[in-house]
Amino acid sequence: MKAAVGILAVVALASVPLWLRDPYLMNALITTGIFIIGAMSLNLLLGFTGQLSLGHIAFFGIGAYVSALTSLGFDVGLPFGLRIVHIPWPPIAGFVLAIVVAGFCGYLVGLLSFRVRGAYFVIVTISFAEVVRLVALNWVELTQGPLALTNIPSITVGLPGLGDLTLRTKLQNYYLVLTVAVVTYLLISRLVHSHFGRSMRGLMENETLAVSVGIDVTRTLTLAAVISAGIAGAAGSLYAHYIRIIDPEVFAFINTVTMVIMVITGGKGSLAGPVVGGLIFGLLPVFLRPIMAPEAQWIAYGGVLIVILFILPRGIVPSLALRFAKPPKPIEARAPAAFTERDAKEHA
Amino acid sequence: MTEAALTVEKVAVHFGGLVALSDMNFSVGEGEIVSLIGPNGAGKTTAFNVVTGFLQPTRGAVSYRGTALNGLKPHQIAGLGLARTFQRTSVFPNDTVYDNLLIGLHRQSRVSFLDSILGLPRARSSERRLRERAGELVEWVGLERRGHDLAGSLSYGEQRLVGVALALAAEPSMLLLDEPVSGMNASETHTFVQLVRNIRDRGVTILLVEHDMPMVMSVSDRIVVLNYGRIIAEGTPDAIRNDPAVIEAYLGQGAARA
Ligand SMILES: Nc1ncnc2c1ncn2[C@@H]1O[C@H](COP(=O)(O)OP(=O)(O)OP(=O)(O)O)[C@@H](O)[C@H]1O
Ligand SMILES: [Mg+2]
Repeated sequence: MKAAVGILAVVALASVPLWLRDPYLMNALITTGIFIIGAMSLNLLLGFTGQLSLGHIAFFGIGAYVSALTSLGFDVGLPFGLRIVHIPWPPIAGFVLAIVVAGFCGYLVGLLSFRVRGAYFVIVTISFAEVVRLVALNWVELTQGPLALTNIPSITVGLPGLGDLTLRTKLQNYYLVLTVAVVTYLLISRLVHSHFGRSMRGLMENETLAVSVGIDVTRTLTLAAVISAGIAGAAGSLYAHYIRIIDPEVFAFINTVTMVIMVITGGKGSLAGPVVGGLIFGLLPVFLRPIMAPEAQWIAYGGVLIVILFILPRGIVPSLALRFAKPPKPIEARAPAAFTERDAKEHA
Repeated sequence: MTEAALTVEKVAVHFGGLVALSDMNFSVGEGEIVSLIGPNGAGKTTAFNVVTGFLQPTRGAVSYRGTALNGLKPHQIAGLGLARTFQRTSVFPNDTVYDNLLIGLHRQSRVSFLDSILGLPRARSSERRLRERAGELVEWVGLERRGHDLAGSLSYGEQRLVGVALALAAEPSMLLLDEPVSGMNASETHTFVQLVRNIRDRGVTILLVEHDMPMVMSVSDRIVVLNYGRIIAEGTPDAIRNDPAVIEAYLGQGAARA
């Protein structure tokens, strides 16, 4: 049943370019798709481990810059008279490197923050994003700073039997983004239903109990952060090669907020949540643009967010799933005193 | 007494000015059932937290089967085969009983991360084994009819059984039970005593904290009595029953819970 809905959704999305010719709308769909991939990666952390990455755009931006620089090449001086000269590589190599480098940054951030729980991760991620933005802004020799990296080449893929295909048109990029999004969705789905996913669930529900059955908190959370950051990096790479110009503004805090909103409204901890939330908030600007100034649009987003969460407090997908599920067995009113071992937590 | 499995040496725990445990020494032999008793606030749960790594002692050392436990994290100690239950009910409330046990079987899964992402046959067969094992455990603690209910919706006594099944899922060589029968009725308690004996017969060493004296007396090989963070007596159930210091400690506290 669920699989049927999924296949139907993918078929519907795949058919869009067949009847939609408006380039402006196609563009909105492609960037929305890229942001949905980012939101899915954020959901892996926020929804399945309960850790809020408020600097998530850093991994996206790092992916964008790594991929762009890999395919553009660069020549920078380092201290002690060293120079690094990099000859341009094909963009697809940039895509892979974007995942690896962003994933590695996720590892570092996880290493720094997961030994202590709580607000620590939030703070480390925000700071990390700001540091990376400053580097992108000030290391002009490498990143061109505010002048932006321009003329980033489009992605070229080798198709069996067809030779190399450079994805220049919106149509081609649409299918590229759709493909990466579907693969990401399937990957995350596998992940959360695996042995590893159960560890994440256990940690989120009752950390004390989870560690007592042998689940390693630091390792589990760090691994989730690596995968999440890697996926965000992939999204950033798609963005760089589609837009073909990036500047440090990509690291703006508002971009993280957008992803968080997508996840929360769609429903954190649900696989389809970020997709639904992403479609709403990705496409909302398209409909608001003719009737509202950009500043007013932000207020409208806030309004939509509040209305959705008021009607469907757990987010769209989980709330609807509950509503349409078979009526659940009434849960015993006599709720057990406490689920968690507060004693042990306080001691620890 | 056989060779010691767990050794607690000169352990002290201070919370600021409060001395929760002072100079605690005891050991539990392989395959023994030892009970740790004492009035409320005596330091029993604190001792459990030290042994299982949730709390670092102010002084002293704990070792299990020759491995020093100091500085190890709870999951590492679980990895050595020491499993525990908690005094307050502790389950994964939003998962079914069955899924609780799948989470609890964490250490039993031998598949690598990549195997399970790629869904390789190895991962699938391991997954199948885990599901079978979860089913067995649910049955073993007598919750088969509740297997598909959310653990958070179970009665207090049933949640305690889930807690025990979770600890057993880790296939421990030693099990620490913190007031397992509190909240259970007489017949549940009776069944539980049988369960504890079964567990021991499988070669699992047991350290039990319990206020239910008839249960403690009937199930223990040896009893360690704690009062104000100090061991005041140690011996067989018969010896403890007649020990003046023990009677004094319990009467002094008001014998209500004894
Ligand atoms: N985190 C903590 N901070 C300060 N004091 C604590 C802490 N944990 C326990 N204590 C104190 O240490 C003493 C021993 O507590 P503990 O929970 O070990 O007792 P217990 O023997 O398990 O009692 P009960 O039978 O009521 O469960 C008590 O006085 C308690 O108030
Ligand atoms: Mg206690």
